Amino acid sequence: MAEKLLMKGNEAIAIAAIRCGCDGYFGYPITPQSEVMETLMEEKPWETTGMVVLQAESEVASINMLYGGAACGKKVMTSSSSPGISLMCEGFSYMAGAELPCLVANVVRGGPGLGSIQASQADYFQAVKGGGHGDYQLIVLAPNSVQEMYDFVDLGFELAFKYRNPALILTDGVIGQMMEKVELRPEKPRWTDEEIIKLHGSWATTGKTKDRPQHAVTSLALESAVLEKFNLKLIEKYKQLNELEVRFEKINCDDADYLIIAYGSASRVCEKAVELARNEGIKVGLLRPITLYPFPTKAIQDMVKQLKAIITVEMSAGQMVQDVRLAVNGAIPVEYFGRLGGIIPTPEEVVVALKNIIK
Amino acid sequence: MDVKDIIKPENKVYGKCPVMTEKVLHYCPGCSHGTIHKLLAEVIDEMNIQDKTIAVSPVGCSVFAYNYIDIDWQQAAHGRACALATGVKRLCPDKYVFTYQGDGDLAAIGTAETIHACNRGENIVVILVNNAIYGMTGGQMSPLTLEGQVTSTTPYGRKIELNGYPLKITNLAAQLDGTCYVTRQSVQNAAAVRRTKKAIRKAFENSAQKKGTSLIEVVSSCNSGWKLSPIGANKWMEDNLFPFYPLGDLKDK
Repeated sequence: MAEKLLMKGNEAIAIAAIRCGCDGYFGYPITPQSEVMETLMEEKPWETTGMVVLQAESEVASINMLYGGAACGKKVMTSSSSPGISLMCEGFSYMAGAELPCLVANVVRGGPGLGSIQASQADYFQAVKGGGHGDYQLIVLAPNSVQEMYDFVDLGFELAFKYRNPALILTDGVIGQMMEKVELRPEKPRWTDEEIIKLHGSWATTGKTKDRPQHAVTSLALESAVLEKFNLKLIEKYKQLNELEVRFEKINCDDADYLIIAYGSASRVCEKAVELARNEGIKVGLLRPITLYPFPTKAIQDMVKQLKAIITVEMSAGQMVQDVRLAVNGAIPVEYFGRLGGIIPTPEEVVVALKNIIK
Repeated sequence: MDVKDIIKPENKVYGKCPVMTEKVLHYCPGCSHGTIHKLLAEVIDEMNIQDKTIAVSPVGCSVFAYNYIDIDWQQAAHGRACALATGVKRLCPDKYVFTYQGDGDLAAIGTAETIHACNRGENIVVILVNNAIYGMTGGQMSPLTLEGQVTSTTPYGRKIELNGYPLKITNLAAQLDGTCYVTRQSVQNAAAVRRTKKAIRKAFENSAQKKGTSLIEVVSSCNSGWKLSPIGANKWMEDNLFPFYPLGDLKDK
């Protein structure tokens, strides 16, 4: 039987990183995610797997350390929380532009500015619409349990390398701090130098040998025609992501007249809200996007015919609701309910909000 | 005697370093970058470490350095070269890693990354090409611009009360426990070129010996940015930059 441990969401990220063959973690302390680096330092993976863990001088430095490692074909990751992620956005843009894989976890806190240290989902736009400059996308995964915090580290690396694109785990202070049982998956060894050359030898800076041309990892393309061609290549990559990598979960949707759409910790609240509403005879289901980019647009569209209305529940001022409205394109009403500033909505509040759109 | 009779291997006294590519340099005639590139290529060739060297290019005139030196390169965001180099060196400790940066890149926007990489004693080589100006963007003031120096953003000369003092970042780096070798060189004549090459070789050897960070500032000319002839720029450099940025080793441990 697989080993199960009780751990915090942030600890799960750290343990998963070591066990899935991550080569390097570069981070900077910020609440509510500091346990990620603290756990790694406590575990000393450089003595077991050889994984490097380094505390950087800033989030700007840590994302650029990732650039350096990723360009060598290494599995590199960092974690931070909202203000720190804002600083990393420059690096996201450069890494997307240089087609570099990496994994970043954003344990979101309330904003804007220094905001609060309580859980929030107010960084949705930043995660799925860019944050940095230029036409690029991050692959965005939204765990709603400590088990998924663990599992999405490996999944994030898998997708990041498959598409040579930065991947982001968009989570929040609740999931980062809460403790749940986690089933540990089988360990994966770190790639050897030979494996890196075999897997990524066509692009990574592994040292120019006589038998191959120089590799220059760059996002620079001064000629407009060259850059446009590259932009189109990225668009094709994102199209592939939308075709192949959409992930979502549906709960009680088969006979639903109404649909709640929520991700992350809000979806946990909404699971209970669906149960309460169904006890009162309201036929409501829950659709939980697991990938926020690519967004489950088609899954929502496929349900529109059976639905009377949709409500998104978000711990933000209403961000994901815009993507749902785009998907639905005016066919049925799409409303939003949320709490802000680090306040978590209760299931009862969600039921009241749901009843408000029914009447 | 025909010229073909002279071109024989036994008569060869000098040749293009094979680690330099065939591409034509985009630098202005009179610029120091080409010479510094050549010295790096020569050291890499002589140490036979082409397959063991990973370099980081900056934002600035040398953004395209990867076009000229035939090794693996990473192109960094403005100022972040030392952070990239840290990531590379920590994950590939058997590689030689160097950054190649201008004074605007290294000493303004990249000050934090530079100082902290030096202070951690990363086993990397940092090449600072100091021409006291932002060259690529058209000759604006950099932190290393001299007092009174006319640039496009200090059209009446750099004023201390407005712009603060020129930043002697190399002196600052020499104060840090993580640096093992900090030197200031130039490439305006043959003797200076030889000294700079020696410094580069020493810095690469320091990396192999895990002695810490080596920083080589090369005080350089930017005749286009300074609006001088190549010869006039060298003279201005000797008369104005060298007194403020004196050449020689600041630290060698």
